[in-house]
Amino acid sequence: MYLAKVYISLKPTVNDPQGLTIKGALYNLGFTSVEDVRAGKYIEIRIEENDLAEAQQQVNEMCHKLLANPVIENYRFELEEV
Amino acid sequence: MKFGIVVFPGTWSDRDCYYALNDVLGQEVDYIWHKETDLSKYDCIILPGGFSYGDYLRPGAIARFSPVMASIERFVCQDRLVIGICNGFQVLCEAGLLPGALLRNDHLQYRCQRVQLKVENNSSPFTSQCKGEQVLRMPISHYEGRYYADDVTLAELEANNCVVFRYSTSTGDITEAANPNGSLHNIAGIINKKGNVLGMMPHPERACEPILGSNDGNLIWESIVVHL
Repeated sequence: MYLAKVYISLKPTVNDPQGLTIKGALYNLGFTSVEDVRAGKYIEIRIEENDLAEAQQQVNEMCHKLLANPVIENYRFELEEV
Repeated sequence: MKFGIVVFPGTWSDRDCYYALNDVLGQEVDYIWHKETDLSKYDCIILPGGFSYGDYLRPGAIARFSPVMASIERFVCQDRLVIGICNGFQVLCEAGLLPGALLRNDHLQYRCQRVQLKVENNSSPFTSQCKGEQVLRMPISHYEGRYYADDVTLAELEANNCVVFRYSTSTGDITEAANPNGSLHNIAGIINKKGNVLGMMPHPERACEPILGSNDGNLIWESIVVHL
């Protein structure tokens, strides 16, 4: 069994108003060294699969088909045996 | 001719579309549950607004895999007409039937308001009854309507006259102030290259009678009827 931790972020060229708003709030709280904030998504998926390569391939396909929209988002993931 | 209105779990503008087409314009209309796959009796498919699958993950991301969507892809290949409104536009982009994507409004507010739309292309099957550069009034109602596409795609859209509607002032000027959501190039609606798929964020079905403040939306349905 594997646990996939999937991180989805907006592409650098895509404006992220949520990140900008968080950045403004952090500034107001005195964190003036904050240079940039980008908000994204984090998804955990448990997979009943014993082969690492197979799990990797499956998660990659999940990201490509559904979890991320390649027009606006990038993704990466980690796999952990559980 | 017959219109079909697709209903996903969470769709909310299906009845408004039905009212505009059937009650106001006297057209034949059916609801199509998203599990249906036979679209053979329809001439035009409408993907209405709403929050299909609760907008979970991304608006349209899950609806785009509903059984009806594979049939809609074939329908599009047969050069038949498909119009996606609001959430329907998002579904069409997620399905790759239209280029680009719809992101959260730049001000992070849900906007429900009247807007003005400049008709940039009145030679499409959806806009033939509009005058050139006519300004239409209809409402928007969305949180994720900021049109985005990369520079290459945008240039292609513009070069092929695929931008059909732009947010404008009442006199047709394309200004930042007239843009309610931060859409690139003030884009409110686009067609595909072949011209048989339209996606738009504003709601023509909610501008179907003068008592609603405008009946400009009927021009779109009337264009479709004339085309068919």
